[in-house]
Amino acid sequence: MSDHEPSDRSGNAVESSKSDESDDSGDFGGFGGRYVPEVMEEPLDQLTEAFETIVQTPEFHAEFREILEQYAGRPTPLYYAANLSEEYGADIFLKREDLLHGGAHKMNNAVGQALLAKKAGKERLIAETGAGQHGTATAMVGALFDLDTEIYMGKKDANRQRMNVFRMRLMGAEVNEVTRGGKGLADAVDAALEDFAHNVEDTHYLVGSAVGPDPFPWMVREFQSVIGEEARKQIREQTGSLPDAAVACVGGGSNAIGLFHAFRDDDVAFYGGEGGGEGADSKRHAAPLTKGRDDVIHGMRTRVIDDDVEVHSVSAGLDYPGVGPEHAMFRAIGRCEYRGITDDEALEAFRTLSETEGIIPALESSHGLALAKQLAEEGEHETIVVNLSGRGDKDMEQAAELFFLQSE
Amino acid sequence: MSRVPEAFEDGPAFIPYLAVGDPDYESSLEYVEALERGGADLIELGLPFSEPIAEGPTIQSAVVRSLEGGMTPTRFFEFVEELDVDVPLVCMTYYNLIYQYGDEPGPRPFVEKAAEVGIDGFVVPDLPAEEAGPLREACDEFDRDLVFIVAPTTRGERLERIMDQVSGYVYVQARLGVTGAQEDVSDQTGQSLDRLAQWDVPKAVGFGIKTGEHAANIVAGGADGIIVGSALVDIVAEGHENGDSAAEVADRLETKARELKDGALRGVEQRVPHPERQ
Repeated sequence: MSDHEPSDRSGNAVESSKSDESDDSGDFGGFGGRYVPEVMEEPLDQLTEAFETIVQTPEFHAEFREILEQYAGRPTPLYYAANLSEEYGADIFLKREDLLHGGAHKMNNAVGQALLAKKAGKERLIAETGAGQHGTATAMVGALFDLDTEIYMGKKDANRQRMNVFRMRLMGAEVNEVTRGGKGLADAVDAALEDFAHNVEDTHYLVGSAVGPDPFPWMVREFQSVIGEEARKQIREQTGSLPDAAVACVGGGSNAIGLFHAFRDDDVAFYGGEGGGEGADSKRHAAPLTKGRDDVIHGMRTRVIDDDVEVHSVSAGLDYPGVGPEHAMFRAIGRCEYRGITDDEALEAFRTLSETEGIIPALESSHGLALAKQLAEEGEHETIVVNLSGRGDKDMEQAAELFFLQSE
Repeated sequence: MSRVPEAFEDGPAFIPYLAVGDPDYESSLEYVEALERGGADLIELGLPFSEPIAEGPTIQSAVVRSLEGGMTPTRFFEFVEELDVDVPLVCMTYYNLIYQYGDEPGPRPFVEKAAEVGIDGFVVPDLPAEEAGPLREACDEFDRDLVFIVAPTTRGERLERIMDQVSGYVYVQARLGVTGAQEDVSDQTGQSLDRLAQWDVPKAVGFGIKTGEHAANIVAGGADGIIVGSALVDIVAEGHENGDSAAEVADRLETKARELKDGALRGVEQRVPHPERQ
């Protein structure tokens, strides 16, 4: 019997194999890691190895950049929004990811991961999607690279976003409407993870944001960092110097980390606009960095909203209880300031940009714009780069209802 | 002191799993008690978490039913206190719930409370060995066991890390042949167990065990115990959908448990020396 006593096991502390440097690993100052069932470990090890051996080669980089240019439309403009600048009272530059193929920054990551999957000899892509934006981007690259593509989408979401379901199917993807659990994004993630665990040999799981277990957060960041690299070069060409601040919305946080990464060692302040819902002090928001706790969710240690809070944001893309682990680290070390932007503030910015510039932003991106307005009012920063991460076409039905556009 | 070793003292251990609170608190009490009557040597009590990753649809649905019935960690502890069974109990849940329980962040308050109500050990599917240090310390402090799952793909360094951290028993997730034929199952079980031959904890095999025959074949293949979840959760789900009384469902669970336990016992007699493993 003594063989089985807890105290009999070796008492040696197990040292983490991961490096403490946050720059090139999945350990973000204690956040991140890989909190997954044991059966997932091997697939994730294989993915890490493929990422390290394939993606870091010059050949991969060249091909990745060429597809982004020729297929997806990079570089995207950095646009000095003169009218909005006058309205807000600071110089606002918009990084126009809304002009990317597919209408959002999601395409950068989708191209990168699909190319990696192809090189690694995978025949099949799977992805989860909430509102359908990431699923659509995955369907696009699935068609481009001739990979079988299956998208997991909660039945509830699929009913609300029929257009995206049709788009995905038209491009040849199979859309699997998930009927388990709450029939939402979390259930789609579960179904996709289960699929991945069983079909790892021929399947790549194309995770849509800088979230989840290692290596996804830093892999997605690597593919999205093209946003900041371009923006850094463009702002210097246009103004001769770096901006005072870089601003982006934060759901999972991939567009934000993609913008920030190139500026990480610069004297540029970072701001992240979270889905503040009805206010970060209310019981309905999606702002774990503004108000939440440290915890483990979806395979990573990160910030999570409190238990008694219902996850809610006017924007589907920010409607997530956790956040990418690198943002949790940025918050902890004070590198980035995060603010909960309320639904009302975001909607106001949505309308302002539409009216002043003739650009309809995604509701997600509108959170970044609203934060830029706050900064302009506070007057500490003169030049602000905002990541306009997506276009607002998908939000028009919601907008029509909220702004009574049908009666005008 | 953890009572987990008692489960393996008299031959192969039959380890059933149920999600606590599925489909409601009162029925769930009856169901767990029925498992003991059916011959359970240790019971894994699932504490439902709203974001279980990589869980099959059967367990997922059980989790949803339980959460809709109002299950929380606090209710779970009340449940365990109220439960009238004598066999060792292991709590199976996700790290989020363990980490956030109590006044201080970290696993200690959860483990302290669990120990107080009579939980002997823990299985935490989403906690890899390399992140398990704090929970292992808390388990040591309160003399509890920490069970780890070993997958068919677990090898090398990861296997060693788990060996360093595991106590009580190791949960061997077997990848079994679709036929379920004895030779096939015994062989594959044997292969899974070969990698763990040097480990000094009992090896309990789980994954897709649904009948007494499966149980016999797995024990014949060398397992020290069998873990059965979905086959039992299915009985609960079916009873719930058909509106059957809790007593009827409990009877069915007891019968199923008896079949599995008898199968496990039969498997001992069927054990044959495995030529490749001698």
